[in-house]
Amino acid sequence: MTTTIERPLAPAPPDAGRGRARRRRENLAGYAFMTPWLLGFVFIIGGPVLVSLYLSFTDYAVLGEAEWIGAENYVRMFTSDPRFWAALRVTFIYLLVSVPLVQVFALFLATVLNRGIRGLPAYRAVFYVPSLIGGSVAIAILWRFIFESDGLFNNLLGFVGIETSHSWIGTPSTALSTLIVLNVWQFGAAMIIYLAGLKNVPLELYEAAQIDGAGAWRQFRSITLPMLSPVIFFNVLMNVVAAFQAFNSAYVVSNGSGGPADSTLFYTLYLYQRGFVDFDMGYASALGWVLLIISGAVAALLFTLSRRVVYYGDE
Amino acid sequence: MTITETEAVTVPPIRRRSAHSGRPRPIGKRQFYRHLMLIAMASVMFYPLLWMLGASFRDDSQINDPGFWPGEFFTFDGYAQGFEGVGGTPFWRFIANSLLVSGLCVLANLIACSLTAYAFARIDFRFKKIWFGIMLGTLMLPHHVILIPQYILFREFDWINTYLPFVVPKILATDSFFIFLLVQFFRAIPRELDEAARIDGCGHVGIFFRIILPLSKPALATTAIFTFIYSWNDFFTPLIYLTDTELYTVPLALRSFIDATSYSAFGALFAMSIVSLLPVLGIFIAFQRLLVEGIATSGLKG
Repeated sequence: MTTTIERPLAPAPPDAGRGRARRRRENLAGYAFMTPWLLGFVFIIGGPVLVSLYLSFTDYAVLGEAEWIGAENYVRMFTSDPRFWAALRVTFIYLLVSVPLVQVFALFLATVLNRGIRGLPAYRAVFYVPSLIGGSVAIAILWRFIFESDGLFNNLLGFVGIETSHSWIGTPSTALSTLIVLNVWQFGAAMIIYLAGLKNVPLELYEAAQIDGAGAWRQFRSITLPMLSPVIFFNVLMNVVAAFQAFNSAYVVSNGSGGPADSTLFYTLYLYQRGFVDFDMGYASALGWVLLIISGAVAALLFTLSRRVVYYGDE
Repeated sequence: MTITETEAVTVPPIRRRSAHSGRPRPIGKRQFYRHLMLIAMASVMFYPLLWMLGASFRDDSQINDPGFWPGEFFTFDGYAQGFEGVGGTPFWRFIANSLLVSGLCVLANLIACSLTAYAFARIDFRFKKIWFGIMLGTLMLPHHVILIPQYILFREFDWINTYLPFVVPKILATDSFFIFLLVQFFRAIPRELDEAARIDGCGHVGIFFRIILPLSKPALATTAIFTFIYSWNDFFTPLIYLTDTELYTVPLALRSFIDATSYSAFGALFAMSIVSLLPVLGIFIAFQRLLVEGIATSGLKG
């Protein structure tokens, strides 16, 4: 909550006049350096946030004027738009399944790698590569070919004696899980953050626990988890924010449709369809604001929870 | 509120444990099993990539072969066909477009983010704390809230089918993650250096160029690398703002490949997918340490 911003070691001003001149100079310099950001904040971020709030109360199809229709977009969304609810459901399932799984994989490998293992840099690099390329269109294309009915996955299953021609991406009940697998595949970035966090856990704690006869699992639960809790919180928060905004994989795998049967209709994909396929910009803006409120609420919930569970040392 | 993020990464302010993670012991039985498990996991994770690499050199008729090695079906046809491109535009054109856009984004981000970060880290101006808080707040803002007004604005400016929607937001320092990263780095540079420069007659501009920037090469490199990778992989911006095939960037070209080839030229699709991954992998191999440190200290994702 408190930001400590250091102040320059200003020499004691010999008189008030020069101090004021100096302050003016600082203000001027500060805002001069900040000019790009200030312009960006007004025109690219802050302004558009407000404009989209306004647009969400209008009927606007790019061509023509925006027509004020009150809360109709929101009413429509909540009362008579099954695809909105489908998108919410898909996004929340994706988030609730993949974010914890990412943490489990990342934490597990970080603990294994942290025990003084040969070739740590190589392993770290190898497990990180998917995070680097996982969001690309190339990998999404690859995923399509892995989980088709005659794709790589089923072919490999055939090797171990499970013959199936189930199309994992073509069936509503399994399509989303292929995207979850794709997200979990990218656990490497979280793993690296956990590794950095583990380096800061004092070794003495483990030594003391060993003397007390604590086993590996007990040590993990009673030392690693609490000591890492700020890092876990950070990772969860970042992964949740990213999950709300996931788009590429669903778009490429479903060919932009969010199908089959809306089973991969990420919220962002639905917003894209309404805004840039149907050109229903008013409705898409309303969807954007609902996303803002939902992700804000989830972040607030996480922060509240963190105050109860996260251990911030002896402050 | 958001400041806890910094604490989250740097918080446990306790001694480093060097003895623990530093010195690997000779490989015993437990170590052996650990390596076995790690290698098995890595193999499972990487097999799809290897398979795609193999498939890019394999004849289209053998697309369903789950093996990696193309064997007798080895061919460069996929690459030859892939580089022919989409709709009469050769693939190298998409690569050039992507390089241009990513390069401009890197340049814009380096200049704009470091200027802003300097103001936050070193200048004492009015309302700084408020602006800093707002900047941190924008870190978590879902991009999709501002998408539509941004689109309308850029469309009004006639920026559809130009690269301005990619670059202008970067010139205006809207990538707050990098500002945050640079602020953290600048703050760690000793202030005595500023004071010495000031005595020698430097103002903020002099301090920025002669002290801060030269000492911040690692943070600037991290910013450049991640900006490049993000821009290179960016699919959403070109999807919305580019309709002219000649201007397509690589991700958009790949996508239109799927439609254009309608599942007949798998080799070409895989070949160009591999080509699209190469710059990112190359950067990773060249700057591995910077990347890993960048993520570890700031929580940047790839």
